[in-house]
Amino acid sequence: MSGFYRLSGGRILDPSCGRDEVGDLFVAEGRIVDPASLPAETSWESIDASGRIVAPGLIDIHVHLREPGESQKETIASGTRAAAAGGFTAVVAMPNTHPPADQPNTIGWIRERAREQGVVRVYPTGCLSEGRKGEKLAPLGSLRAAGVVALTDDGSCIQDAGLMRRVMEYAAMLDLPVLEHCEESSVSAGGVMHEGYWSAVLGLRGWPSLAEELIVGRDLLLAELTGARLHCQHLSSAGSVRLIREAKRRGVAVSAEVTPHHLALTDGDLGHYDTHFKMNPPLGSEADREALREGIADGTIDLIASDHAPHCSFEKEVEFDRAPFGIVGLETMLAVAAETLVKTKLLDWPALIARLSTIPARLLGLPGGTLSTGTAADLVVIDPHLRWRVNPQAFQSRGRNTPFSGWEVQGRAMLTMVEGKIVWRL
Amino acid sequence: MASEGPKGNPQDGAEGKWKRRHLLGLQELEKEEILLLLDAADEVGSRWEGGRELPSLRGLTVVNLFIEPSTRTRVSFELAAKRLGANVLEIDQESSSIRKGESLKDTARNLEAMGVDLLVLRHSAAGAAHFLAERVRSSVINAGDGAHEHPTQGLLDLLTIRRRLGKIEGVRVAIVGDILHSRVARSDIWGLRKLGAEVTLVGPRTLLPEVFGRFGVRLSSELDPVLPWAQVVILLRIQHERQREGMFPSLGEYVSLYGLDEARLRRCPPEVLLMHPGPVERGIEIESEVADGPSSVILDQVASGVAVRMAALAELARFHRRDGEGA
Repeated sequence: MSGFYRLSGGRILDPSCGRDEVGDLFVAEGRIVDPASLPAETSWESIDASGRIVAPGLIDIHVHLREPGESQKETIASGTRAAAAGGFTAVVAMPNTHPPADQPNTIGWIRERAREQGVVRVYPTGCLSEGRKGEKLAPLGSLRAAGVVALTDDGSCIQDAGLMRRVMEYAAMLDLPVLEHCEESSVSAGGVMHEGYWSAVLGLRGWPSLAEELIVGRDLLLAELTGARLHCQHLSSAGSVRLIREAKRRGVAVSAEVTPHHLALTDGDLGHYDTHFKMNPPLGSEADREALREGIADGTIDLIASDHAPHCSFEKEVEFDRAPFGIVGLETMLAVAAETLVKTKLLDWPALIARLSTIPARLLGLPGGTLSTGTAADLVVIDPHLRWRVNPQAFQSRGRNTPFSGWEVQGRAMLTMVEGKIVWRL
Repeated sequence: MASEGPKGNPQDGAEGKWKRRHLLGLQELEKEEILLLLDAADEVGSRWEGGRELPSLRGLTVVNLFIEPSTRTRVSFELAAKRLGANVLEIDQESSSIRKGESLKDTARNLEAMGVDLLVLRHSAAGAAHFLAERVRSSVINAGDGAHEHPTQGLLDLLTIRRRLGKIEGVRVAIVGDILHSRVARSDIWGLRKLGAEVTLVGPRTLLPEVFGRFGVRLSSELDPVLPWAQVVILLRIQHERQREGMFPSLGEYVSLYGLDEARLRRCPPEVLLMHPGPVERGIEIESEVADGPSSVILDQVASGVAVRMAALAELARFHRRDGEGA
């Protein structure tokens, strides 16, 4: 009978309790179990995990699944297959769909679609403002009742500080985190890459770090005032890291994420106007990248998220100014994070797994992030030694828009299991 | 990851021969390659004036693809190509399918399928010339891509200076105006610095960010102290839309700070050369009488432009000769 697995001889890493030991992990009927609690004649299907890491399934709290409305770029089915291939057992879907997820019926549609076609768990978010226009509160209470795990206008940012204060007050009342896309749009206006030496060389309109820092600063003040749980998305600037470090010291309820690409790349990598290096916020300078790595290492930045943003090839194969922002990330995130953080000895594997699983789960109150007996068997088996070459044509995602094409990387998800069901096996 | 030069453009310079398939910018050229083009321009220019035989582009097709309005550069390229006997096709924004929603990639690939050898591209997006060069077998000449580069303008400015002063190395050049948005400024800076000129950029802080200090040049927000130092003053066109964007308060104030009038001309050394990439807005960047005065070499620039473009077309044509000569 299927459903009874023995993952044998792996390095079991569970940051939720500090467990780090070589041993066997048992899964029965969707749960992590103590084999002593089952009849002795139980027959286990053995999965060899020797030389590998057995960890709680990874959780990506920043993913664009593009449904409803843009299934040419990605679907819930293809996006969750990509997630499984990347070692993820749960993703948090951003609401900048068409229509935007600002009404309970849209949330209901996404949840139902995810139940039917999703390969991993999908948690929807709801908009902060109606239509993500930054003008009027979305029906936040109804969105919570419909099952959103957080609120965000990701992709745009409420410019009106007065409205943002009301949003935060409401979010605090509903006890929902606010995931903020920090961008002061009068400062970033027209910008397509980081403002600095390389924008001057390439003649592209610069996007100053100030655009992010102004909103981080504003929102930290608003979070202090309102008591809302503020989470700053995809940090890109050294100044933002400094602001958040100071605020955390003061005890402000703030958290932050960084993407693998902001940890790995800089504005100097744009080379000859490759639109696979165009994303929002843009890649920063060397100094920004160093500060982000330091921030994720010392805990100022809580977690890593992909900002997986698929686009069609023809949309990206245009002049740099005209290309849409965004790159895919689900299938390269683990390896790129390992390359930039573990290989450089900024983090060890347990600390990396915490930032990819346990911390994101805790932050949004999601199940998972643990291998405790009795919990759902959401887990990943990682080969930390496997070297492989990134080939976008082999992606499960419909999006091929990655700056890491051709990269030689190390570390890969070999097997992903959601509630005891194998959803990915390399 | 960033690479140093376009792929498929090996060049060692050992033979003193042009090796690149495309002319996309002066940033990526070696000093020797720039000198080679300047020498070729002098040679082809004097052949034209002397009525001697010119390099032949007979049987080759040159397309001027101008997806942004331009008169001077387009005509200059057309004239250069026709003097060399090429078939020249003019496509502007109005007549191109890009207006109907066709992508730049498809436009270029269609042209290529029709047998185009050289593509001269003017485009409002920085990087458009690189974009094409990576996707077509034709040779691409960048005739201005957004705020990035305008290499033939840079070359003609170098040629004008060299013809007048006999050298570039050590020459003191001021470039005045909207540096931030200027492709001419960038090509001039790369070319002048590679050939050893001293460069000072002049403009308001909004149009001359400090980061330009990393280009090996000096920066000044004041024009008057720079003028006595300058052997060459290059005035850039100021676009009215920058005022709407809040980059400076008013044209009148801009003129009072950076406009070259008679009084400012008197602060310059008597043999100063005044240059402008055109089209000149009289009374804005430069006073009308000064533009027409003895210090102005603006019309020399125009003449140098045709020579530089003939040279560039002839060098790149090596890759497309029907007799199998060249690459």
